[in-house]
Amino acid sequence: MSSAVDKSKVPWWVSNLIVPLVNLTLALLVSALFIFIAGENPYQAIKLIIYGSFGYIEGFAYTLYYTTNFIFTGLAFAVAFHCRLFNIGGEGQAYLGGLGVFLVAINFSFLPVPIVWILSIAGAFIFGAAWAFIPAYLQAKRGSHIVITTIMFNFIASSLMVYLLVDVIRDMKQMGPHTVALPKELWLPNFKDFAALFGIKIRYSPLNASFLLAIAASFFVWFLVWKTKWGYEMRAVGHNTQAAIYAGISPYKNIIIAMLISGGLAGLLSINEILGVHHKIVSGFPAGYGFTGIAVALMGRNHPIGIFPAAFLFGILYQGGSEVTFDMPNITRYMFVAVQGVIILFSGALENLFRPQIESFFVNRLNREVRS
Amino acid sequence: MVSPILQLTNISKSFGHVQANKNINLTINKGTIHGIIGENGAGKSTLMSIVYGLYQADSGTIKVNEKEIKLKSPRDSIENGIGMVHQHFMLVENFTVLENIVLGFEGEVVFGKNLEKAKIDLKNLCETYNLNVDLDSVISDLSVGFRQRVEILKSLYRGAEVFILDEPTGVLTPQEVDELFKILRSLKEEGKTIVLITHKLNEIMDLTSEVSVMRQGEIVGHTKTETTNREKLAEMMVGRSVLLRINKSKTKRGDVAFRVENLTVKDDLDVTRVKNINLEIHAGEILGLAGVTGNGQTELLEALSGIRKVESGEIFLNGEKISDSSELLNPRELKEKGLAHIPEDRQRMGLVTDFKASENLIFGYHDQEPYSKSSIMNQNKILEYSTRVMEEYDVRPRSPHLMTSNFSGGNQQKLILSRELNENPKILLIGQPTRGVDIGAIEFIHQRLIDMRDKGAAILLVSVELEEILSLSDRIAVMFDGMIVGERVNEDVTDRELGLLMAGVA
Repeated sequence: MSSAVDKSKVPWWVSNLIVPLVNLTLALLVSALFIFIAGENPYQAIKLIIYGSFGYIEGFAYTLYYTTNFIFTGLAFAVAFHCRLFNIGGEGQAYLGGLGVFLVAINFSFLPVPIVWILSIAGAFIFGAAWAFIPAYLQAKRGSHIVITTIMFNFIASSLMVYLLVDVIRDMKQMGPHTVALPKELWLPNFKDFAALFGIKIRYSPLNASFLLAIAASFFVWFLVWKTKWGYEMRAVGHNTQAAIYAGISPYKNIIIAMLISGGLAGLLSINEILGVHHKIVSGFPAGYGFTGIAVALMGRNHPIGIFPAAFLFGILYQGGSEVTFDMPNITRYMFVAVQGVIILFSGALENLFRPQIESFFVNRLNREVRS
Repeated sequence: MVSPILQLTNISKSFGHVQANKNINLTINKGTIHGIIGENGAGKSTLMSIVYGLYQADSGTIKVNEKEIKLKSPRDSIENGIGMVHQHFMLVENFTVLENIVLGFEGEVVFGKNLEKAKIDLKNLCETYNLNVDLDSVISDLSVGFRQRVEILKSLYRGAEVFILDEPTGVLTPQEVDELFKILRSLKEEGKTIVLITHKLNEIMDLTSEVSVMRQGEIVGHTKTETTNREKLAEMMVGRSVLLRINKSKTKRGDVAFRVENLTVKDDLDVTRVKNINLEIHAGEILGLAGVTGNGQTELLEALSGIRKVESGEIFLNGEKISDSSELLNPRELKEKGLAHIPEDRQRMGLVTDFKASENLIFGYHDQEPYSKSSIMNQNKILEYSTRVMEEYDVRPRSPHLMTSNFSGGNQQKLILSRELNENPKILLIGQPTRGVDIGAIEFIHQRLIDMRDKGAAILLVSVELEEILSLSDRIAVMFDGMIVGERVNEDVTDRELGLLMAGVA
């Protein structure tokens, strides 16, 4: 009875739309302050962000390319979170997923192209899942905290991949730590090629068919979590482990399943990066998308319908932000890391800062309308 | 000449949409024991929290000794002579009785003369009111009954004239209840005023001189206790007539359906909580397991239902061994063999409160047809079934999509009950079936259990409510300190005999 607001009376749109929007606005205001302190005009900066991400077709394609990555990593985090597991190892799982894609694609390149693609997706998923399996096992059987183990596994993944890229699978004709390129016919169709089909000539952008895979993955996650027995059991374990045991649902099994699916989804990021963009494994290709995915999932309230706009927002920030750093000498790349940080802070850690006030405001207003 | 000591006028309080108290007018006369009775959620505790300064009323006035006062915190109430004994005691476990009582009122930085003086004062109080508490014992060594006395002593020492007791007997054995009532009567004789909040009709009839009945946040009646009876009070509480004693025929006892041999169980801290227990339950009978909370009933239920590991001993279901120290069937396998379990603690174990009602209604049966088929949940079938059982068990509100946490305690219990009984189990293990459930629902739940029995189910009923055990069981076993200390046929046992067994003295 201590909470002043009766949760059941809060309309869904208040908690799911108004509150995130208020948090986002606050985050942007604080970010504007940063830009102002750095000696640039915040208004100009916002104009640049909007132009950079929407203003021309290649810019918009870039935005969607980033969005693709954030959807994968956001979904990955969300699935584990429904079982109350904080999988912050998306970065490492995506990295290993890349190894899966490359090994499958290079070894099965003799097969018909669509089949290689499907096998590569499986490869990405399985390698990402396998990398998540060890922390999952340690959590389920030994109680080692998943946050600690997954973050350590990011470092292990990074070191392992550097070792492989330098000493084992490096393109020996080159100096850089990357593999040979995949055969050209295996590259995923690019947005530029797609536009050309309609006779529209545009410049290159990294947007490719993986975007469709990301949409499909969103449907997959929605179906899995809310429509299947597995999702039901995972959520039961996540919300109330005691009750799950009472109902004969094994927490061990579900922790493992949730983490495998989570790791697999993170692994799919490498479909975009390797089959779609680089066409080979380059060192450090997950580039922080795994971490940003945590913010995307939190902001999207761990639901695919929320994750899509949240991923899109971060896409805008990435693409628009690079435009700003290009045009405004006082704003560096790191400034936009700070902006992301502020957004994560307001929509994650401080998510409930204004929630009670906003909710009671709307509840009271609705009450008054009902009475009058 | 009666004079009012506490007068509440037009007190209202709401939490968001929920109006917990509506225009409450209540006058409590000096030197009386005044009962406030009502179902769970009727607003009794909220009202008393307002009087004790824990909540502030939205509107209305409070007068103490005919003087209007503002109660902003418990300290204001204490200064105005209002003391409260909470349902959950507010004592520091590793302090002595004396230290607990002077806590916050030490009066000086270094303990010395004041403490000595306090000790003398307290000794006098103990003698006057028959409180009989050793001031130097450490709280953690005291039984629940004694801790409650410490709370009363604490209020006395702080100069309370009005004592509010919130469900004081919930955790006591019948003997302890008798002791408490003696103390309360002697307080009254010395001119103190007592407000007793309870949902137990017997206590009202035994102890009070006046009674106010609350229903849905309102006071629906005041009366002198001598002019009313249990049935009338129950009717006022619920708003319709209620069957207090359940009608049941004599049991048609069948074969042994469930047998426990030499069962020993440890808790999570590796303490042995169930010690070498033997039990037999026949088809078509209810075995009541009485005992004060914390004597191993919880661990026993968990072991029998496949949640907790068996340390040693064996469990048989219809002659087939289902569990021993090397093997434990999991709850789902037990369900398939016809064993259902309704756990003691609904929110901790029986339900996922963040699930929709419909999701909880299939909890544990979710992988059976028609609710799911090849791992895909059939939402239409689940909804159809949920709507049907919510109707059948009168769950309110009847919205299968509503989050479970938004249902009241009684309705949450009905959700579990309908889920587990719907499968017509052969063996039913049920813990505290009516804890936190209002009278109307209790009647319903009890009737369902009797129906189950008459259909031939073997039922193990674990409850700390002696009245419930007596009104439902065919046989009664008493558990104390992990052991069965006595087993009786219901007809030839008295409250007193059971009480002694429960206290471990017989």
